[in-house]
Formats: sequence, C-alpha cells, structure tokens
Amino acid sequence: MSAEAIIEAKAVSKWYGQFHALKDINLTVHKGERIVICGPSGSGKSTLIRCFNRLEAHQEGDIVVNGVALHGKMENVAAVRSNVGMVFQHFNLFPHMTVLMNCMAGPMWVKGVSAAEARKTALQFLERVRIPEQANKFPVQLSGGQQQRVAIARSLCMKPDVMLFDEPTSALDPEMVSEVLETMTGLARDGMTMVCVTHEMGFARAVADRVIFMDAGQIVEEATPDEFFSRPRHDRTKLFLSQILKH
Amino acid sequence: MLYPDTVEAEILVHKPWFVATMFAIVLLIFMALNMSGTSFAELMRPVIGEPSTSGLYGRFAIGFAIAVIFTLNVVLIGFAPLRLQIGIVWLELLLLFIAFFETFHLSLPFIREKLPFLISQGVVTTLYVSAISIVIASVIAVAGAVAKLSSNGFAYAIASFYTSFFRGLPLLMQVYLIYLGLPQLGFVINAVPAGILALSLCYGAYMTEIFRSGIQSIDRGQWEASRSMGFGFALTMRRIILPQALPVIIPPTGNQFISMLKDSSLVSVIGVWELMFLARTLGQKTFQHMEMLISAAMIYWMLSICLELIQSRIERHYARSKVR
Repeated sequence: MSAEAIIEAKAVSKWYGQFHALKDINLTVHKGERIVICGPSGSGKSTLIRCFNRLEAHQEGDIVVNGVALHGKMENVAAVRSNVGMVFQHFNLFPHMTVLMNCMAGPMWVKGVSAAEARKTALQFLERVRIPEQANKFPVQLSGGQQQRVAIARSLCMKPDVMLFDEPTSALDPEMVSEVLETMTGLARDGMTMVCVTHEMGFARAVADRVIFMDAGQIVEEATPDEFFSRPRHDRTKLFLSQILKH
Repeated sequence: MLYPDTVEAEILVHKPWFVATMFAIVLLIFMALNMSGTSFAELMRPVIGEPSTSGLYGRFAIGFAIAVIFTLNVVLIGFAPLRLQIGIVWLELLLLFIAFFETFHLSLPFIREKLPFLISQGVVTTLYVSAISIVIASVIAVAGAVAKLSSNGFAYAIASFYTSFFRGLPLLMQVYLIYLGLPQLGFVINAVPAGILALSLCYGAYMTEIFRSGIQSIDRGQWEASRSMGFGFALTMRRIILPQALPVIIPPTGNQFISMLKDSSLVSVIGVWELMFLARTLGQKTFQHMEMLISAAMIYWMLSICLELIQSRIERHYARSKVR
C-alpha cells in the first residue's frame, strides 16, 4: 500500500512496573486502511491502541500520528487527540448531557465551532448512525447498542482522521452487536481509517484490510483476513482461532 | 434508597404484642412520673376526686387515661396513608413542642417588641456572614480537592496540612486565634471579617474532603473519554467531572451549609451582632432570657428548613439524568 502513513509505531515497548506489556511493536497504519487487532485477553491489544492517542504512555520507541510524534508534551498530545477518535468498550458517554450535547461538546469546546454549526454536524452524524430521534434523551434512556452508536457519532463529530475502537461490542447484549457492527462497516465503506480491537471475526473477515494477532505483548502474526483465517502460520494463532471459532 | 420488599408488610403498630407493650410502657412511665399536680390531673378530677390525695389509684387512672389516648392515637395513625401519617405526626410533635414552651409563660408583647430588631440586625448578619463564608469555603474546597488529588507534592502537602489543621482545632478556638492572633502579627482585623475567615477556613477544610470524595467517585472512563476528545484538565474538570460529582457532593454539602448557619453563632463570642449574640443580650436587661433564646431558636430552625428545601430541590434537579 502506497498511501501515506497515519500511525507509525516503531520499536514500541511499555511496562507496567515489572510487567512488560508491549514488546517491540512495529506497526504502520496507512490512510484509508482498516485494521483489526485480535488476541487473547491480556495480550496488550487494548494497551497498544490506547498508546495511539496516549491514554497510555509508552516508554521506548516512537509513535508518530499524522506526522506528530507522541511524547509527554501536552501540545503534541492535544494535537493528536483532537484528530483521533476513540470508541470505548463501556461507551463512556457523558451521562449528565443529552445525546445531542454529547456530540456538540467536542467541536464547541475543543475546536471553537459555533453552537449552531456544532448542532448541525451533530444531527448529521446522529442521522448517519441512525438515531436522530434520540437526540434530546439522556444516555441512560438508550439501549447499549444505541449508546455505542452515539459514542461513535460523538467521535465522528470531531472529524477525526482515524478512529480507534477498543472492543466496541464486548459490553453489548448479543442482539445489539450487529447494529454497532453495521455502523462500523458503513464507516469503513466510506473510507474511514480504522483500528479495531475486537473479537468479532465475521467483521474482521468482511471489513479488515489486515488482521493483526497479538499475544503476550507481541505482534505474532499480521496477514490479510483471507490468509489469516484460512492459512494461519503460527501455532499460537491456530490455537486461538480454533478456540474462538469452535462454537 | 431503601427499596421496600414486595411482600405485603404487616403494619407494626397494629400488631397486638406491639400495641400491648406500648400501652404498658406508657402506663408505667406516667405512673412513675406522678402527674397529680398537672392540669391533666385537674381534668381527671371527676374520676379521681382531689388529685393530690388520690394516691396510687389517682396515679394509675391518670397513667391509664394517657396510655389509652396515646395508644389509640398511634393505632389510628397506622390506618392513614403514608403522606397523611407523616403530616399528622409532624403536627402532633409540633403541638407538644408548643405546649412545652407554653409552660415557660413567655411574654409575647416582649417578643413582639424585640423581634423586628432581632431579624433586621441578627438574622441579616447571620445570613450575610454564613453566605459569604459558604461561597469562600466552596472555592477553597474545589481548590483543596484538586490539590489533594494531584501528583504535585507541594500542592498535596499544603492541602493535607490545611485540612488536618483546620479539622483538628475546635472552631471556637479558630475564631479566637484569628481575631486575637492576627493582630499580634500586625494585621488588625475587624470582628466580622475575622468571623468570616474562621468559618470559611474551617468549613473549607471539611468540604475539601467532601469534594475530593465526590471527584473520586467519577468513573475513570469519563476522564479517558474527555482526554480522547482533546479536552484539557480544566475543561474536563469543569464541564465533565464536577457536574457529575455534584449529585454526590450536594447531600453532605447541604449538611455543611446547615451546620455552618448554626456555627456562625460562634462568632458572637468576638462581639458580632448576629442572631445568637442578640438573643443573649436583648433579654438580659429585664431577665427575659427565654423569650429571646426561644425566638432565636425558632428562627435558626426556620432558616435551616429553608436550606433543607433548597437542597432537596437541587437533588431533584440532578436526579434528572438518572431517570430511565
């Protein structure tokens, strides 16, 4: 792929105290690419994408996002964060604000967009995740799937260059998973650059350009979905796939 | 909230053993009290004859009558719906209270004469001192809470020293220390500012802890979501964390406000003409202490009730985003 790199991680290592959480990670995400990261729990996949907007600090190596190097300096971090959207496992909507206000807050307070403009954008993206009629409700009044779609709309309102998804469907009831995945598939179709940590293998197969398998803080395998699911190279990958595809 | 069980609750005050026990206890208490000199005994004269010579029989009859009235009252109230029960019990307690004050034979004209000044000078000063102190204490509390949660060693040390010191000293002593101590350092300070300063610092220390626990009660995910959208610390604190911490903070803070309103009476010791000071001094000349003390007590109570009402309104307001 020849497109420009949006996220470049070079020789990234991270420790929690003595625990080596990420070991020498090298990964480049290009513009327009859809990447799915999977792996057993505790393998470091969430930690990795949380390093991409510096919710977590890495100790060694370089992470460059959109040409900005991430390190401890606030101005760099702020520049990156306002261009990188993130969707969390537990939605993390702001419960004291209406759905509409959740979507308007970022553009208004960070980018200085006028209220009218922010409102227009917010309604547009709520339309896109197909819940414009819920705009004036509070998050608790919505189902899990609806809340997660609001969270996606909230991130989109910041007009990010790349979206990070941290297990976006893991906390949802089974019948709500598909509405969120459909929204994400729609985003992918429109050319959004996406890095998704997920266990939804169907989504990975249908949407991903590359699947990355992590174990024990390392990238074990990196392949197209076709190769990954039909001809996994590593024993660890085979074991993982056999376990999650068993049922 | 205490979530009541769905099983049909038996009404306690209608259970025979409870009614019987209550009756027996009331009877024994009033027999032991010897009510033969009271106006209630006068009412019983047709039954027991001359109260003072009626002896054990008189005591028993009086106790029995009171126990019947009391028990019947409780059993009947048990039949009423919840709100009516609450209303009746409040009213009865209030009537007992008034009856109690009646026994002091207070001079109403004296109260009527002094009340305007008690309000225009005393209440106004009390309200003014507490309102300013509450505002300053809240500001101190936010700053103190952030400092106690920060990873800055200086900020944490100063804030924890401050809360430890001002929570550790009696408020009365702080009032004296500030009023009498500051002039030693060359700052001559008037009584009112000294009182406000002492109240603000003391209550700021308590409220720092309340605000700290409120801020800590907010889920980490709220911070992460705010950061992931590029909100800075001040913005996150002001727009995301504090508004959500408020419902946690408000009930104990309301408590503090009510308590401060009354503790503002401590500044009377340095000669501020607030409600407590006037209540003690106005009646002195004519030895009508009780009149003024009781009036001031009622005023304090009414002001506290106002604060309680305000608090419950605010709590209802913040319950909004929790309704499903």
